[in-house]
Amino acid sequence: MHHGRERVSEEGARRGGGGGGEEARVPEPEVNSQLSTSTQRAAAAPSAPAMDSTSPEPSLYTVKALFILDNDGNRLLSKYYDLELYPSMKEQKNFEKNVFNKTHKADNEIAFLEGLTIVYKSSIDLFFFVVGSAQENELMLMSVLNCLFDSISQILRKNVERRCLLDNMDGVFLVVDEIIDGGVILECDPQQVLQKVNYRQVTESGYGFVLFDYITGSEEAQGQRSQMP
Amino acid sequence: MIKKFDKKDEESGSGSNPFQHLEKSAVLQEARIFNETPINPRRCLHILTKIIYLLNQGEHFGTTEATEAFFAMTRLFQSNDQTLRRMCYLTIKEMANISEDVIIVTSSLTKDMTGKEDVYRGPAIRALCRITDTTMLQAIERYMKQAIVDKVPSVSSSALVSSLHMVKGSYDVVKRWVNEAQEAASSDNIMVQYHALGLLYHLRKNDRLAVTKMLNKFTKSGLKSPFAYCMLIRIASKLLDETEGGHDSPLFDFIESCLRNKNEMVVYEAASAIVHMPNCTARELAPAVSVLQLFCSSPKAALRYAAVRTLNKVAMKHPSAVTACNLDLENLITDSNRSIATLAITTLLKTGSESSVDRLMKQISSFVSEISDEFKVVVVQAISALCQKYPRKHSVMMNFLSNMLRDDGGFEYKRAIVDCIISIIEENPESKETGLAHLCEFIEDCEHTVLATKILHLLGKEGPRTPQPSKYIRFIFNRVVLESEAVRAAAVSALAKFGAQNDDLLPSVLVLMQRCMMDSDDEVRDRATFYMNVLQQKQKALNAAYIFNGLSVSVPGLEKSLHQYTLEPSEKPFDMKSVPLATAPITEQKTEMAPVATSKLPEKLAPSRQDIYQEQLAAIPEFQGLGPLFKSSEPVQLTEAETEYVVRCIKHTFIRHMVFQFDCTNTLNDQLLQKVVVQMEPSESYEVIHYVPAANLPYSQPGSCYTLVQLPEDDPTAVSCTFSCTLKYLVRDCDPNTGEPDDDGYDDEYVLEDLEVTVADHIQKVLKPNFGAAWEEVGDEFEKEETFALASVRTLDEAVGNIVSFLGMQPCERSDKVPENKNSHVLFLAGVFRGGHDALVRARLALADGVTMQVTVRSGDETVVDIILASVG
Repeated sequence: MHHGRERVSEEGARRGGGGGGEEARVPEPEVNSQLSTSTQRAAAAPSAPAMDSTSPEPSLYTVKALFILDNDGNRLLSKYYDLELYPSMKEQKNFEKNVFNKTHKADNEIAFLEGLTIVYKSSIDLFFFVVGSAQENELMLMSVLNCLFDSISQILRKNVERRCLLDNMDGVFLVVDEIIDGGVILECDPQQVLQKVNYRQVTESGYGFVLFDYITGSEEAQGQRSQMP
Repeated sequence: MIKKFDKKDEESGSGSNPFQHLEKSAVLQEARIFNETPINPRRCLHILTKIIYLLNQGEHFGTTEATEAFFAMTRLFQSNDQTLRRMCYLTIKEMANISEDVIIVTSSLTKDMTGKEDVYRGPAIRALCRITDTTMLQAIERYMKQAIVDKVPSVSSSALVSSLHMVKGSYDVVKRWVNEAQEAASSDNIMVQYHALGLLYHLRKNDRLAVTKMLNKFTKSGLKSPFAYCMLIRIASKLLDETEGGHDSPLFDFIESCLRNKNEMVVYEAASAIVHMPNCTARELAPAVSVLQLFCSSPKAALRYAAVRTLNKVAMKHPSAVTACNLDLENLITDSNRSIATLAITTLLKTGSESSVDRLMKQISSFVSEISDEFKVVVVQAISALCQKYPRKHSVMMNFLSNMLRDDGGFEYKRAIVDCIISIIEENPESKETGLAHLCEFIEDCEHTVLATKILHLLGKEGPRTPQPSKYIRFIFNRVVLESEAVRAAAVSALAKFGAQNDDLLPSVLVLMQRCMMDSDDEVRDRATFYMNVLQQKQKALNAAYIFNGLSVSVPGLEKSLHQYTLEPSEKPFDMKSVPLATAPITEQKTEMAPVATSKLPEKLAPSRQDIYQEQLAAIPEFQGLGPLFKSSEPVQLTEAETEYVVRCIKHTFIRHMVFQFDCTNTLNDQLLQKVVVQMEPSESYEVIHYVPAANLPYSQPGSCYTLVQLPEDDPTAVSCTFSCTLKYLVRDCDPNTGEPDDDGYDDEYVLEDLEVTVADHIQKVLKPNFGAAWEEVGDEFEKEETFALASVRTLDEAVGNIVSFLGMQPCERSDKVPENKNSHVLFLAGVFRGGHDALVRARLALADGVTMQVTVRSGDETVVDIILASVG
């Protein structure tokens, strides 16, 4: 709703201003060729911001986005806390695709893409990403990523793989909600997160339950069947 | 039945996605069971998860269906299943913007937030604040205040963070909670401490005094949370920056002490803050650099990355400070994380010796294709810096760059390369032809209009003066045939320059121009027709004025003047000389070296500094009728930096007047100054006409007062003058804490340093891209020449620097750069004198014992020539 708007615009201005105290000078062609600059600008619009950074603004809004992708780069869970970063779903998914393509081959832990710092981690067929601004303290982002990974790992009882994650999606949503609130780091200690979420895994003995429900002919099992045709 | 189950088991076992083929309508259909009694928590939970999953995938929910599902969901508050309740909170947050009447759940959430179940309270607060606006916020204000100071950390944290989110929309309400936030800041819980600090800062960030107090308190008492420490470091460094506090300030000591914190995150934050401070000395940087050096060998990639990125930043300004880390950086150039390797290599390129360049370039070429565009730009930047440092390496670099230019890459990357090649061409005349050839090849297949026009412009400027200009014509005319309008128009302009400069090419250029006159785009046709007609006249002066050296007026200024002219139509034709000149002309020597850091072209031509002054001055009634602002000087300090009152002056020159703008800052927190003026006593026949005082000058809030002076009419050659300045004001003592002033005050004054007006204040810099043509255009009607001996000057560089700064004119043709080991040099300067006459200076310099200088001045007005010559002598 109103998460971190103000900061974003400041940041935009600062990005535009370049770094190192030097003037952001656009090397311009002569006056003559400016007569038709509208087309030129259109061509120049999608440009990557520089990584030359100024010092970070004091703010609690640390995380710009967080997402979990599968090994084909498909989104399983995504949160964008900075609404002006990638406002449309299409831009978000393009960004995720780009990040995935550039990172999934080597487990390098950290990357810098589209003017953003991205820390990441993978496990079997899952990829976890935490995104912050170019100025952000990389170690802060790492602590968020580690907390996310460890909390989810415990919820999934160390089975950090796609199927298990999807079976416990409610728990994963709750974990993310306890770690980041609107871009602010809410909690960074996995034990605290787990305690707050207080989640019990249901699916490990999932088939057993279903069979049990079936044998006892419980109403719930029938409902289950009808929703998974 | 059994068969059906087997099938399902297979599916679930094969790792397929249980959410894969979810249909929104089917899920919403299922959501009807929310209304069944008794509530089945497991099934409802599953359906809510599906809804959130769909929303997260970007599925669009219409308002009606969302509202329907939302209302059905509210019934689930009757269940006491913990996970289900938590998922309800999530659903509320996710649907807050798409469903109507979400405030229906306010009372349920308020109940949960104040209830006994601690697990519910924090999340309920966060969900509630998500759906609450300013008016409703007042109703729950009491609960929020209580929650902020609640002893359960998750409740307190949730309340603090939610308050922070609401500062934007409901600042006035949230600021009333400052005392509660203050109390929370002393909590034992590290996250509560962090969140409270963040909220306090956001509420107080515009009150510097309050921020200072807060910093004092927390830096003394110490904090537990490493996050809070990072926040404090950022606040401290921002405050240092704003107050321009010296590095002996306690704030700097605090940041430095954080270098010894036991948490890496804090240590890194402190090191980074020190590195980013402007004007840090090498000695102050040293401790920060040594912790970064340690991080370089960390097993954590993120830490190595952070360290080497920051060291790279240090190396830009203080390469020598980083040399101590060279060994550690060498170890990183083979790092499996290519980002780290790239940063390490580019840092080494800045700090290493000339002999290591070839080896490092070879290393980086081995993986340049693997790294992202952002890092390629970093590589190009490093190369660009290297070329400046070791001009002899330019052929290696040029090769490397041309290979990079052929690879795939985005706009930003290609632009960096093109800029770098252009700067090499300009620094090293012998590389010009190779460089132009690479660029010609590049525009043959270039998708970026901006780059193509830029290169065409360069070809037009440099091409005609190469030994074989005809070979560029083909490349340029190809653009006319193949490209978009903007590129075609630029190509036409470039062609015209070949025709104007090279007589033997003129006939062929005219033929090509004729074809362009039939272009489908009007801009291209107009340009071709215009150039065709100018070229056919075969007059050097016309060529100079309309083909080589275009307009030098400020574009926003021209727009404004024309608009003004159309509003008040008159018999008089529009006078170009009344248009303010473009300030900050495209300086030839610097443009291309500007960092590639510019991320976006500005949406609009940003108004220049002078345009802003023009607006500000025009708003003061006393200054109306002075005509257009001709020139604004750089600020001149009239006090030492550390005095009670800090005053600097900006000299604004108009056609017959000057306005002196005094920017004053009162650094005494126990004084309020009123009716502040700067009294000026001129040494020449300048006449002070009017003072515009600054009404109030409270502590640390800058204010401006002005003095209007008339230039001597009867003696146009009196261009220099010294003013003795005195600051006069009424002092009212006040309480340093509240800023409340006493009722009465007393007059006082403060002597400032003298202010000089020199010939440079009367001349505006103008860049003539083709000086020779401009020289011919002005003609020798009022040419005068004199020879001077500069006995005290020892080098040509020094002489050039002195003349440029003394006359305040624009060096052209890069003549301000004296080639090494030369004993003579010619400097070309161009400018416009107050009143609108072009002024051109050619200074031939010869180095013998001292420097001998022969100055030739040309202008359209004799007085201008006399003034310039007189002032040089």
